[in-house]
Amino acid sequence: MTLDEELGPVAPSKIAVQGVSKSYRASKGIVEALEDVSLDIAEGEFVCLVGPSGCGKSTLLNLIAGLDRPDRGEVLVDGAPVPGPGRDRMVMFQESALFPWLDVTGNVLFGLKLKPNLTSAARHDVALYYLRLVGLDGFLHANVHELSGGMKQRVALARALAPNPRVLMMDEPFGALDAMTREQLYGDLQQIWQARRKTILFVTHNVREAVCLGDRVVIMTPRPGRVREQFAVDLPRPRDILSLEVAGLARRITDALRRLLAPAGDAS
Amino acid sequence: MRRRARSLLFLALLVALWEAVARAGLWHRTLFPAPSEVFSFLGRALADGTLADATLVTLRRLAVGYALGLCLGVPLGFVAARSALGRDTVGLVALGLQALPSVCWLPLALLWFGQTESAMLFVVVMGTVWSILLAASDGLRSVPPIYVRAARTMGSKGLHTWTRVVLPAALPFFVTGMKQGWAFAWRSLMAAEIFVTILTGFGLGQLLHYGRELHAMDQVLGVMFVIVAVGLLVDRLAFAPLERFLHARWGTG
Repeated sequence: MTLDEELGPVAPSKIAVQGVSKSYRASKGIVEALEDVSLDIAEGEFVCLVGPSGCGKSTLLNLIAGLDRPDRGEVLVDGAPVPGPGRDRMVMFQESALFPWLDVTGNVLFGLKLKPNLTSAARHDVALYYLRLVGLDGFLHANVHELSGGMKQRVALARALAPNPRVLMMDEPFGALDAMTREQLYGDLQQIWQARRKTILFVTHNVREAVCLGDRVVIMTPRPGRVREQFAVDLPRPRDILSLEVAGLARRITDALRRLLAPAGDAS
Repeated sequence: MRRRARSLLFLALLVALWEAVARAGLWHRTLFPAPSEVFSFLGRALADGTLADATLVTLRRLAVGYALGLCLGVPLGFVAARSALGRDTVGLVALGLQALPSVCWLPLALLWFGQTESAMLFVVVMGTVWSILLAASDGLRSVPPIYVRAARTMGSKGLHTWTRVVLPAALPFFVTGMKQGWAFAWRSLMAAEIFVTILTGFGLGQLLHYGRELHAMDQVLGVMFVIVAVGLLVDRLAFAPLERFLHARWGTG
């Protein structure tokens, strides 16, 4: 495979989650993480899952990633059931899941080394391309612990993008960062998404963040985890998290979330 | 540099004090030799090769015992880490036996093996294996699951996950365990050499033992110095570079 082919666009996937339920055995008994959840995501769509902790957002993401299997229902990617984890669906995790025994380039190369048909030189070129894309080409051989929180998540993004997946899943990737670093990353992520069109599933508990980034915001509620309401976001890109339009829609979604989480809503 | 000078000055003062007390003649010279006498013994033993021979014999025993301890401890550590069953069986036994000072294995070793090399080897292995086992199993169990999950999404599985993710992630624990195992091996061997007095090889512990038998206090103290020096040297040469590497990469203490 040539470098151009490797870096070339891949068709983003469509995802269909159909009537999925998943429960866990925890110390306090069985937790219904997801109950009868259905969700369709179009090719190249940027969908944000919003909800309080325990609403099953991360569980849903793990099911699509193939790290877990549903108890009932099916998860289809491009029409076929998810067979397990695969390089077509990459995950960027909440806390830094970067490997401390590898340097920045080593981390990005990890997934590439598992990809067949790539020469060592091509792998390094690919890694360099993505590290440049996230603005870290000045830190190719830095150790992970030398990076700031924002830089770590940039490396994690480069690592997730490097195998050129069709789907990118992000599990509260900016949750632990300070507001200024986050705002900068919102802009960068939108730009990167324009350059490397992927289907993105973005999990967050920050409604403004969801509105700023997503084509669609999906609200989930806990006990049991369910998809409750969806909002299309028809705002021009690139969006600014501080803009009034983003704030206005975030307000409406927050109100809906509050209504759904109110005690009266629980009785339904 | 100032701190090193301070330490050296302190040690020099300590030796000077010792010399002064010895010369004052409070105790008999054979029981309380002056440092000058100890150093002159070290000089003689160094010159006639006794010291070098003994050190080599000791280091060879240590290397064999420690290697055996590693070869047994690391795989058993895997067993203890892999399942609750392994933890409740192998792990439990290791936890119990680790509490036993290795010198307590000596009477048993002497009855089983007699005054032989095997008896010493047995004591060193028993002193080493449990702490290495426990450190390996702790290390493997404390690998953050998120590393394995991240690796799986990138297409890693089976043996690849073990060699490229789990083992490197557990490396800092392994090194701590290896260092602790080495310290135990060293202590065990000295105990074994003092008690197992054989002629198949004259180690530092045996020099110490015969120093006592011959009432040669200068020899006893001199050999004690050498034992301290060997212990420090191995730590400096074998473990310090490894720890520096870990510190640079992982950013941990």
